[in-house]
Amino acid sequence: MAHAADVHAGHGAAVHAPVAQEVGQQHPIRLYLVVWIWLFVLSTFSYLVDFFHLQGLLRWSLILAFMMLKAGLIVAVFMHMKWERLALGYAILVPPVAVLIFVAIMVLEADNTLLSRLQFFSRAPG
Amino acid sequence: MEGIAQTQAAERPGGMEGFVADWSSDQRVFKNVSWGKAMMWIFLLSDTFVFGCFLLAYMTVRMSTTVAWPNPSEVFALEIFGTHMPLILIAIMTFVLITSSGTMAMAVNFGYRRDRRRTALMLVVTAIFGALFVGMQAFEWTKLIHEGVRPWGNPWGAEQFGSAFFMITGFHGTHVTIGVIFLLIVARKVWRGDYDTGRPGFFTSRGGRYEIVEITGLYWHFVDLVWVFIFALFYLW
Repeated sequence: MAHAADVHAGHGAAVHAPVAQEVGQQHPIRLYLVVWIWLFVLSTFSYLVDFFHLQGLLRWSLILAFMMLKAGLIVAVFMHMKWERLALGYAILVPPVAVLIFVAIMVLEADNTLLSRLQFFSRAPG
Repeated sequence: MEGIAQTQAAERPGGMEGFVADWSSDQRVFKNVSWGKAMMWIFLLSDTFVFGCFLLAYMTVRMSTTVAWPNPSEVFALEIFGTHMPLILIAIMTFVLITSSGTMAMAVNFGYRRDRRRTALMLVVTAIFGALFVGMQAFEWTKLIHEGVRPWGNPWGAEQFGSAFFMITGFHGTHVTIGVIFLLIVARKVWRGDYDTGRPGFFTSRGGRYEIVEITGLYWHFVDLVWVFIFALFYLW
């Protein structure tokens, strides 16, 4: 596979006569392998968080950190977002922020529901 | 038309200036991205909202219940050769899916090198890993159903556990299954040389391009991406 990496000629290189449509994403295979290994390592780390029964803030922050690192690697390298123009990147990556706002709203809502349940529906009122 | 658009894209400014210029120009927004790829991304964005809402519904029921949530680490534990391994099946499923993402990236790479055989081979390997994942998920579902997990209750705690589990993993498993079918169709087309000869597609009656391998790859990587979030938020939390 090493010889294949030499073919790499950067963004948009076409092997044959450059037909306009054939603007592909050509990157060295080595890069994909490195990312692949990192995904394995990060998954192992997240599994170990559970295996060693880490609890509390440490557990949640580690889980979220490994999750975001893995998601970032997949989107940036495997899905080639790193090499796309910003117009596409922002169009796809900014709207999910709305989901985070929804999460914040539902955290408040869930807390409210929990407090109501504890106050009015608890079997053993405290 | 396409040729002109591509040449223009190469000469355009980059960075923030390019971002503003691209969106404000009275032409197509996504300069050097084909419509097929742009539409796949937009579909994936909509799918992000679907899975986002599932996970957020799960968060809401888990936060608001007064009953203890079953411990996923124990629920998904397996006895392997007499050793008790917490969450082991899920860990293996994660590795299988990541491996399939790696082989998918290879397929895209070989596709753009116009290496027909290796592309088809890598696509088939990806599909096999995908099928393996679905198989393991079927095993997991069977095991849990035998243990008495239902969408309306389970032996260990909060009733919402079952409905959240079946909904989220079921929807993800469906995505993987569709992806495997999608991969096999594209693998067949690559193997037959459709993208070299421009043979019209069965559904579109238009000649395909090797870019279709990359577009299929976007879908497949997305399925892996969703699993990253499910693994972290449902199984590890």
